[in-house]
Order: sequence, then C-alpha cells, then structure tokens
Amino acid sequence: MNEYIGVAIVIVGLAFDVFGCVGLVRLPDIYTRLQAATKCVTLGTCMILIGIAILTGLNATGVKALVCMAFVLITSPTAAHAIARGAYKFGVKLEEPTVVDRYAETQTDEGRS
Amino acid sequence: MRKISMFVVLYVVWCLLVFPYDRTTGQWDTQSLLVGLVAALVVVVLFGNALPDRSCFLLAPRRWFWALVYIPFFAYYCLKANLEVAYLVLHPDMPIRPGIVKVRTSLRTRVAITALANSITLTPGTLTVDADEDGTLYVHWIDVKFAEDDEATREIVSRFEGHLRRIFE
Amino acid sequence: MEAFLYTALGVLVATSYMCLYRIGSGPTAPDRTVAIDILGTSLVGFCALLCLLTGRDFYMNVAMAWALLSFIGTIALAKHLEGMGFDE
Repeated sequence: MNEYIGVAIVIVGLAFDVFGCVGLVRLPDIYTRLQAATKCVTLGTCMILIGIAILTGLNATGVKALVCMAFVLITSPTAAHAIARGAYKFGVKLEEPTVVDRYAETQTDEGRS
Repeated sequence: MRKISMFVVLYVVWCLLVFPYDRTTGQWDTQSLLVGLVAALVVVVLFGNALPDRSCFLLAPRRWFWALVYIPFFAYYCLKANLEVAYLVLHPDMPIRPGIVKVRTSLRTRVAITALANSITLTPGTLTVDADEDGTLYVHWIDVKFAEDDEATREIVSRFEGHLRRIFE
Repeated sequence: MEAFLYTALGVLVATSYMCLYRIGSGPTAPDRTVAIDILGTSLVGFCALLCLLTGRDFYMNVAMAWALLSFIGTIALAKHLEGMGFDE
C-alpha cells in the first residue's frame, strides 16, 4: 500500500518538474520565468523527496530525505529572491505586457552602482 | 539562553543527519551521539555571536504548535500555486499581466519578514523582489488584479500575517 | 519498480535538457543564472532517485550537499549580477 502512495507522489512531483521547465522555456520574461520555475521545481523536488521517504520508510535514508526537503524548501525561494533583485539591479527591464512597476520609483534616488 | 537554544537545535539537526538508532537491533550508537555533542559545542563556542538576537523563540512549544498548524495551510496554497502555473504554462496564449506592486506588512522582526517573503514567493502568482527594513515588500505579480497598495496588501499579505505573527513574534 | 525508476530518471534528464537550452540561449546573464539554479534543484531530485535505484545510502548525502552548495553558488552569482550593469 505504502509503495503505491509513494510512487503516486513521485509521479506528481515529476509532472510538476516538467511543467516548471516548460515554463522556463516558454515564458517571455525573466521574472515570469523565475516564478514558474521556482514554484514548480521546488514543489516537484519536495514531492519526489517525500515519495522517497514514504518508499524507504523511517530509517536513515528516509529521515535524510525529509531534512533535504526542508533545506530545499528554505533555500530555493531565497535564491529566487536574490536572482530577482540581482536581475533588476542588473538592468533587465520588464517585458511588453507589464502593467505596473512600483519598484522603479525607489531606484532613482538610490542610484545604481 | 540564545546559545543554549542554538545548541539544542544544532544537536537535533546532527541527530537527524546521522540517525544514530539502529531499528533492527534497537541500539543507540553512543559514539555518534558523543561526537555530535562535541561538534555542536564547538560550533556554539565559535559562532555563538553570529546569529540574530531573538533565536530563543526556537524553544517555545506554543510556537512549534502554530508552526505545525501553518504547514497544511501553506501546503494548500503551494499546491494551488503550482496548478495555476501549470495552467498558465500549458495554455497556448499564456494569459499573463505581470507587474511589480508594493505591499506593506505590520510584521517587525527580520526573521518574520524573511518567512513572509519566502511564503509569498511560493504562493500563487507572486514573487518577492525586495524588502525594506520598515516592512515594505516589492512583489512581482504574474497577473496583476489591483495596482494600489492597500488592495494588493489585502490580496497578497493578509492571509499569512496572522499565522506568522503567532509563530515568530 | 526498476522500470518506473528508469523512466523517472529519463524524465528528469529531459527537464535538465530544457534547462540547458535556457542556459545556452538565454538572452541575458540573469536568465542563465535562473536556469543554473533550477538545474541544481532538479538534480537534487535526480540524486535522491538514484539512491533508491542503486540502494546506496550516500547518494542522499550527495543530494543534501548539492542542495546547499547550489544555493550558495546562486547567491554568489546573484550578488555578482547586482554589482554589474548592462554596459560592462
């Protein structure tokens, strides 16, 4: 029984990974790409790790998988935040369908290095 | 107090990484436990002053309870976010209206603001770009519904703020 | 079970190729940084599945170390991007 649940969770995680990478290829602009890829690939990897923890049971490998999931869950959004800020400061503009940009107001007085 | 809580957390992480309990024989691996004790002690002595001041919240059981309540709540929004992104990506026209909006939060401590920013990044359609000390967050929104500060704040921030205040402040 | 694991590894290799496409063709440096970050995160899943396939424990340690190191590398790249403009 546990085996079927674990395999199902791994399959869902793989599907989310694929969606995230399709988004990385298809979306028009770095910020939207960052959104799609970060969300989907983080959750996909987390679900793969949960599935592996269920498949192996509560031993050294399973617990390590859960700890690794916590690491990914903490580090991945932080890295996305850092890249988004870096890209803005780097000078990548938002693409055509953008409707509002409130962050630009703060950049003028601060000055770019 | 701060160093004691740091020591406990480090030791628990060590035990999770090494897992010094053999289930087949039911014996504890005293060697690993002792090495972990020494390693955690060394780290606390060397780097005890490098952590933020209010890390003593790690020992309060009430906060752990609210953190446990937060997990399913967060998992629901995370799943919803992923289904939305999957819909956007597979839709042939990709109906997006991206933009950066400004939201305000009433959370004050830096740990709480960090947790809020990370939660925003993993939930539907939003990505934190920058955060100020006084609680202003700049959020990239893939499908802008409200460009004004107050409405955007209500839409994005308010669903997490109460929970995070109970956990971190 | 083994066939399923091989299929899963194949899917992850396909996603890695999508990331490699973005690394190769990304118009600006931040695009490539995003793709490198995503590649690192999906390789964590790859290592974890290898642990199940081969039955060797240490692949999980590899996955954990990879998660932390790819985070540090991404932060370093992002900080580097912040300091340099388009014209450099």
